[in-house]
Amino acid sequence: MIIIRERAIKYGNNVDTDVIIPARYLNTTEDRELASHCFEGLDKDFKEKVKERKIIVAGHNFGCGSSREHAPLSIKASGIKAVIAVSFARIFFRNAINIGLPVIASSQASSFIQDGDELEIDLSSGKIKDITKDKIFDVKPLPEFIQGIIRSGGYINFTKENIKR
Amino acid sequence: MNDKNKPQTIAQKILAYHCGKDYTSEGEIVNADVDIVLGNDITLPIAIEEFDKIGAGRVFDEEKVVVVPDHFAPNKDIKSAQQCKLLREFARKQDIKNYFEVGKMGIEHALLPELGLVLPGNLVVGADSHTCTYGALGAASTGVGSTDVAVAMATGKLWFMVPKTIKFIYSGSLKKWITGKDLILYTIGLIGVDGALYKSMEFSGPVVSKLSMDSRFTISNMAIEAGGKFGIFEVDGITEEFLKSRSDGSYKIFKSDPDVDYEKTYNIDCSDIELQVAAPHLPSNARNAKDLTGISIDQVVIGSCTNGRVEDLRIAAEILNGREVDRNLRTIIIPATQNIYLEALKKGYIEIFINSGCAVSTPTCGPCLGGHMGVLAEGERAVSTTNRNFVGRMGHPKSEVYLSGPSVAAASAVAGRIATPEEVI
Repeated sequence: MIIIRERAIKYGNNVDTDVIIPARYLNTTEDRELASHCFEGLDKDFKEKVKERKIIVAGHNFGCGSSREHAPLSIKASGIKAVIAVSFARIFFRNAINIGLPVIASSQASSFIQDGDELEIDLSSGKIKDITKDKIFDVKPLPEFIQGIIRSGGYINFTKENIKR
Repeated sequence: MNDKNKPQTIAQKILAYHCGKDYTSEGEIVNADVDIVLGNDITLPIAIEEFDKIGAGRVFDEEKVVVVPDHFAPNKDIKSAQQCKLLREFARKQDIKNYFEVGKMGIEHALLPELGLVLPGNLVVGADSHTCTYGALGAASTGVGSTDVAVAMATGKLWFMVPKTIKFIYSGSLKKWITGKDLILYTIGLIGVDGALYKSMEFSGPVVSKLSMDSRFTISNMAIEAGGKFGIFEVDGITEEFLKSRSDGSYKIFKSDPDVDYEKTYNIDCSDIELQVAAPHLPSNARNAKDLTGISIDQVVIGSCTNGRVEDLRIAAEILNGREVDRNLRTIIIPATQNIYLEALKKGYIEIFINSGCAVSTPTCGPCLGGHMGVLAEGERAVSTTNRNFVGRMGHPKSEVYLSGPSVAAASAVAGRIATPEEVI
């Protein structure tokens, strides 16, 4: 059972990959360097906020734009434990699952949760609890195939296991 | 009804074919064989690291992996040079047939169709979001991340969720200067940046059947700006003509069944569509260009995987011929491939551009993503034929990008502000 208990950083709709990690930093694959520029185009205080709050809650179409895996990588390397959004852009969603960054689509939870709220996410049961406001949200489970990737700890491990079989 | 007798979209049929089935249902997850796996100098460095972790040793097929250093190439700095070197060494070690070095290199999504590397009915993945461009050829083609590409390079397979399809029917007649860019900006303005999220977009109708391949590539290219997974055109005479010199014709053509159940159908009358400009900071902020003509600009870019093809350069040359670009701005023109560059040279476009005061560059994605060859300073504003106008996309977080087609870009270069062709001709 994986439980994540952290406070929320709230962002709006259409958070694109260019503001998550601007292309001028894509000349490296170094996690820590990518993390040092994470959300630079959107929120100059992110680096301070993430020291105490480690769940991002956002609106529609989170991660839209480019296919750069540097986007979820920089978020994960910043210390963020999960992203909750109304919806995710398709490529970002795949990338996050593939590298083991938990992403949860819930329009109810995303709209309800406010900046700074303390949250508890139970990844196995798919429940999100807003501790600050004492409210629980049930999340539709992901397709079994995708859950398999998550259980393996990402797409590379999943593929290695399947090649062996 | 037997599953295989149920009506299917092009997307369903191509995915079914690539996993050895007659039928796939929307929402089903399939593990399918891919025809082409593509990567570039930004996405492949991560993909190569992940590929090595899988331990497969060799790529699944050295003719089906395509490697194009185009984003920060020719190398913009030492770190980019290291990334390009990594690609070069990987391509050599793996005997990759389709590695394109600077000099042969073009912007990937213009280069692959030009060389006949993508054909109708293909299933293509690329670690670049604009991989959806090849939908113009009747292929199911989509952008994925580096880890996906690593797995696809190792196994030749990838998982796909079979998407629902939204159909767009374009009718009426096009006003002068209107190209694919105006149609797709108008469409994204209509449905929003997530209006086709996870969906396949199918482009059809009497207007489309007369549209050039270059305009079709532009439309498919920007399907991702509406969140789309595929942006597909049915193969017709114009597609076949394009492919005649590029393939032996041994490809498979898929068509959507007439009684297929679309998620949604949009009927778009093109007769009233004006030249479009998408204002900062979303591609869906589409406006009529004539309503933005007072806005001053510092730079014009004509190029990219969206609008760096011969049709785009022809239109720009028509407007720039005998005119000078405004002395207060920079105009940067980037033919998308070496062949496009050569054709523009033979037709006299390059001479027109240079005489009018434009800089003409070797192929690169460069300024589109704020990489090099035209990065914007704080407070600067550009009109660009590229595909994204997000905050900081072309440089400083306080710079702005207005997206347009080639005619508005060229006219704006002459006027020194956003302008329509009629204002400068």
